[in-house]
Amino acid sequence: MTTATVPTAAPARHEPAAGPSLARLTGVELRKLADTRAGRWLLITIGLIAAAIVVVQLVVTDAAEQTFTAFFSPSLLPVGLLLPVLGILSITGEWSQRTALTTFALVPRRERVIVAKLAAVVLAALASVLVSLAVAAAGTLAAGATGGAGAWTFDWALLPYAAVFQVANVLMGAGFGLLLRNTPLAIVTYLLLPTVWSVLAALIEGLRGPARWLDTTYTMEPLLGPDVTAGQWGRLGVSLAVWMLLPLVAGLVRTLRREVS
Amino acid sequence: MIEVDHLTKRYGPHTAVEDVTFRCEPGTVTGFLGPNGAGKSTTMRMICGLTPPSSGGATVAGRPYRRLPNPGREIGVLLDASAQHPGRTGRETLTLAARTMGVDRERVAATLDLVGLNDTAARRRVGAYSLGMRQRLGLALALLGDPRVLILDEPANGLDPEGIFWMRGLLRDYADRGGTVLLSSHLLREVEAVADRLVVIGGGRVVAQGDKGELLAGAGTLVRARDQHALRLTLDRAALPATADTGGGFVVRAEPAAVGQAAADAGLVLTELRPAGSGGLEQLFLTLTAGASTKEAVR
Repeated sequence: MTTATVPTAAPARHEPAAGPSLARLTGVELRKLADTRAGRWLLITIGLIAAAIVVVQLVVTDAAEQTFTAFFSPSLLPVGLLLPVLGILSITGEWSQRTALTTFALVPRRERVIVAKLAAVVLAALASVLVSLAVAAAGTLAAGATGGAGAWTFDWALLPYAAVFQVANVLMGAGFGLLLRNTPLAIVTYLLLPTVWSVLAALIEGLRGPARWLDTTYTMEPLLGPDVTAGQWGRLGVSLAVWMLLPLVAGLVRTLRREVS
Repeated sequence: MIEVDHLTKRYGPHTAVEDVTFRCEPGTVTGFLGPNGAGKSTTMRMICGLTPPSSGGATVAGRPYRRLPNPGREIGVLLDASAQHPGRTGRETLTLAARTMGVDRERVAATLDLVGLNDTAARRRVGAYSLGMRQRLGLALALLGDPRVLILDEPANGLDPEGIFWMRGLLRDYADRGGTVLLSSHLLREVEAVADRLVVIGGGRVVAQGDKGELLAGAGTLVRARDQHALRLTLDRAALPATADTGGGFVVRAEPAAVGQAAADAGLVLTELRPAGSGGLEQLFLTLTAGASTKEAVR
């Protein structure tokens, strides 16, 4: 019989093994982003959408406007719409597929798992900026070859702004996922809230002031341009504190206390 | 070594687990028995730090589970075989756990081999697995870190008779090498063959626990007479607590000598008189837990 010949079922005598480092846990979480068909397709879709935007611009915009910067910035928006979904799924997937049972049995210090998950999606967001750069470069080459401007001028200030933009997007998603734990609920809430904000602000006079500080659609917009003023940073900070930091902290507290079953 | 100390879990007014205390020693297999909803899984989740107890506590290898730096290397856990991502392959599921625990990759292949999942099965997605294959994968996950303690919730669920036989051998072997096993089931016969000790739980409380032999010995006497009706009357008159078993006899909570004496005094012809053994324990199990499962059905 198998059990008699394979000694690996034997309980070993060993010293308590050290716990996994955050780097190792982040590696595991990065792997989880891509090791299912659904996860892989989400990542591929993000790349494809960035590429599609560039193709559309090649066809539609005037030749003179087909520059590197003009290709780069517009690709950030649709990617920024999908990154929150990635953030949400990375958290809620553990609960909907009930893999949290294994994950938290292996790492009972749940905050370490959550930090690793956040680190993994932040890395994914930063990688998406690289993808945007790559497709913009490909677009510029194609524009040069097809009679467009193909100019390589690039305002380097755009790069850190783009990184902040995408990281904020993915972390807002993760925060919603952490707080609401339910995939459809988190996605719908995340996508609906800005619209609800705009509608309310349009209807109610008194909300127009706060909306300028709290509506992330509005506060994050300057990040797509080359200049962000101190006032704009302030408004961005306030809105992110409410829509990113608050859900992250509240969701973390909830996750630490939650019963896993 | 697992020590469970006055564990209690309340959900609002409902008490799922009440004052449960037991310990599992190295070198033994402990069967954790109870009907569905008796509190077995809740107790196991509390041991593993997944459910916070209302009061009481538990330690594994001398420490509360949540204080273990790398629990997968100390204690193997299988709580629910179907709680796996259906989109991952069996091998990928194990690889993620191996990376988390810091176990080398050869161990993944060795463990897959150990639980009888071949290369084809390992490359398939868990969504396509039968329940039996998922149980094997769950067992692989538990054994992956080479732990000294195993906690398995209904591991025989979904296994075919051959699989159940194989798992018994594996667990027996594991315990004989000094490992500690806590194994739950709602079927007495399933754990009877492999367990050294039994903890019976019903309605959230421990209703019986001890050495399997002792529990079986104390399980009463099986008696059968040509005239069953007269036997019933005789037993009642002698104040011997008896319950009818499924085979037309009675299980009496008394020594065979006392039962035989009562029958002889009444001049009854007995066709069978012996220690009830596992049949008696099953009877005990059913009576002890009958109320609990009714409650479960109502809830």
